[in-house]
Amino acid sequence: MVGLAEQLRFPARPGRHALVWAFIERQTNLWKRYWAWEVVWLVYGVVNTLAVTLIANQVDQSSVGQSIDVSRLVLFLLIGTLVWAFLSAVLDDISLVISWERWEGTIEHTLMAPVERWLHLSGMVLFGIMHATVRTLIIFAIALPFFSVHLGQADWFAATVVLLVGSFSVAGLAIFAGILPMLYPERGQQMSMMIQAFVLLVSGVYYEVGVLPAWLRMFSYVSPATYILDGIRSAIIDGDSLIDVWQQLAALAAFGVVLIPGGLATFAAAERWAKKTGRLKRQG
Amino acid sequence: MGRDWVMTSSGEFQAAAIVSWAEAAARTSPPLRVTGVVKSFGGGFDPTRALPWRRNAKREVPRRVVDDVSFEIRRGEIFGVIGANGSGKSTLIRMISTLLLPDAGEVHVFGLDAVRDSMRVRSLINRVSADPSFFRTMTALENLLFFGRVYGLTPGEVKEKAPEILRRLGFEWERALEPMSHLSRGQQQKVAVARSFLTSPSLMLLDEPTTGLDPRSKRDVQGFVREVQRDHDASILLTTHDMEEAELLCDRIAFISGGRIVAEGTPLELRQKVAGGRPVEQIDMEDVFMELTGRSVEEDEIVEPVTVGA
Repeated sequence: MVGLAEQLRFPARPGRHALVWAFIERQTNLWKRYWAWEVVWLVYGVVNTLAVTLIANQVDQSSVGQSIDVSRLVLFLLIGTLVWAFLSAVLDDISLVISWERWEGTIEHTLMAPVERWLHLSGMVLFGIMHATVRTLIIFAIALPFFSVHLGQADWFAATVVLLVGSFSVAGLAIFAGILPMLYPERGQQMSMMIQAFVLLVSGVYYEVGVLPAWLRMFSYVSPATYILDGIRSAIIDGDSLIDVWQQLAALAAFGVVLIPGGLATFAAAERWAKKTGRLKRQG
Repeated sequence: MGRDWVMTSSGEFQAAAIVSWAEAAARTSPPLRVTGVVKSFGGGFDPTRALPWRRNAKREVPRRVVDDVSFEIRRGEIFGVIGANGSGKSTLIRMISTLLLPDAGEVHVFGLDAVRDSMRVRSLINRVSADPSFFRTMTALENLLFFGRVYGLTPGEVKEKAPEILRRLGFEWERALEPMSHLSRGQQQKVAVARSFLTSPSLMLLDEPTTGLDPRSKRDVQGFVREVQRDHDASILLTTHDMEEAELLCDRIAFISGGRIVAEGTPLELRQKVAGGRPVEQIDMEDVFMELTGRSVEEDEIVEPVTVGA
């Protein structure tokens, strides 16, 4: 500790990367401690991937399968389930930014720390992307031997770029979803999950968006997940290069440019409202 | 200061000059000045009333929790705000902590407005609350590392300072490697005290720091607070409903009741206010509180409304 004369010098502002890293490290520690839950989500992810993709094998054995490219269908569903496992993990990790603090009872201490909110959220976004990547790769490694798929044509670089650019636009959406538990302490998390469910419905995770009723298909155009799935499927199933998927990339970049600053600005406005109404506390 | 401004040619240098100006202002300002602060809860716009089944729901009446509160803390003193649970103490602390916006009035920390300059205010304050509030599954050290980092400390600095602070609080350092959930309430609170003093705050907010502690832990925490004040000239705002603790630690005391400050002064001055010819040493602070507020600490209970249906 230091004396008063020294204390009255404003503390040196820590580097931004150090503040972002503080949140990544903290979430990693929590992830390790709650490993049993991680196992649950991993098992759920594997089971979901197998259960959905095995439908394609059944099509292969039935008479309706004769006019269908079953190998393509298997890959279509496999990519859908894996990408959704990734996106839902990113959405969960980021949208829980306030809920985590409430569950642990640390909301007041974390939010009164001298950290700009965008740095706080950046840490949560980066952790979310890393966490989702690890979980999805494990699911992919476990699920792949169950299916006979041909991946020789896949352009993995293009797929990775689409996923990376797409992750940030989904992060913007997740920041919006993370506002709800701040504004509605008792039901906000459930509202966030409803947003996630709606993204699942309209983005063509398990089917082409073309099968959606016209009025519902409108929403698929404003879901970044639609373009992520489209771009990754093109790159892996059709072997499209980065240049071939530029339209999806441009759409995702545009989503990122709108959703991230928009999410941050809305989060700041919501935090101010929460401060006005006394919602930044442990019990609602 | 003038030379700093003249020489300014880049954004970076300009920012440095502004910080210097703020530092200069901070050095001549009191650690805390609260002026006419008012805070009410409830009765605001409720969008759920648009729902058919909520149309006839009972409307929440706004209730003033902090009512025109003003006081100032001097450098190096422990200023106590004494009141019952629900009298507005924690709401006051949350406004100073930048977690709650006042409806009216101003809070200045070393001359900085807690609303307009909240980020800089946050770097000057820290807080201990009645509830230790930690990531329960993480170890004490992991918690200290995280909270140290967000206040700008390196892991090396945390590992250097934390053992010494915890030792002075009577906490065995070896236990810092255990999850918080394995520690007793008293031990958790000692880690909470260490977390706050670790960052060397210029103004410390102690919100009922010894509530629920066993007598020994309570003594350890109180001893540490006195030691810090004596050795480091720290400025501390202490809220409590424990009269004995207030008298032991505080240089000056304000009684808060129903959200209003009803009396303020040194313990001796407060006694003299109600002495009425009696020797002041025969009057205990509980009696002073009852005479000045018209009720005892136990009966002065107001519960802050919990947001329901949100």
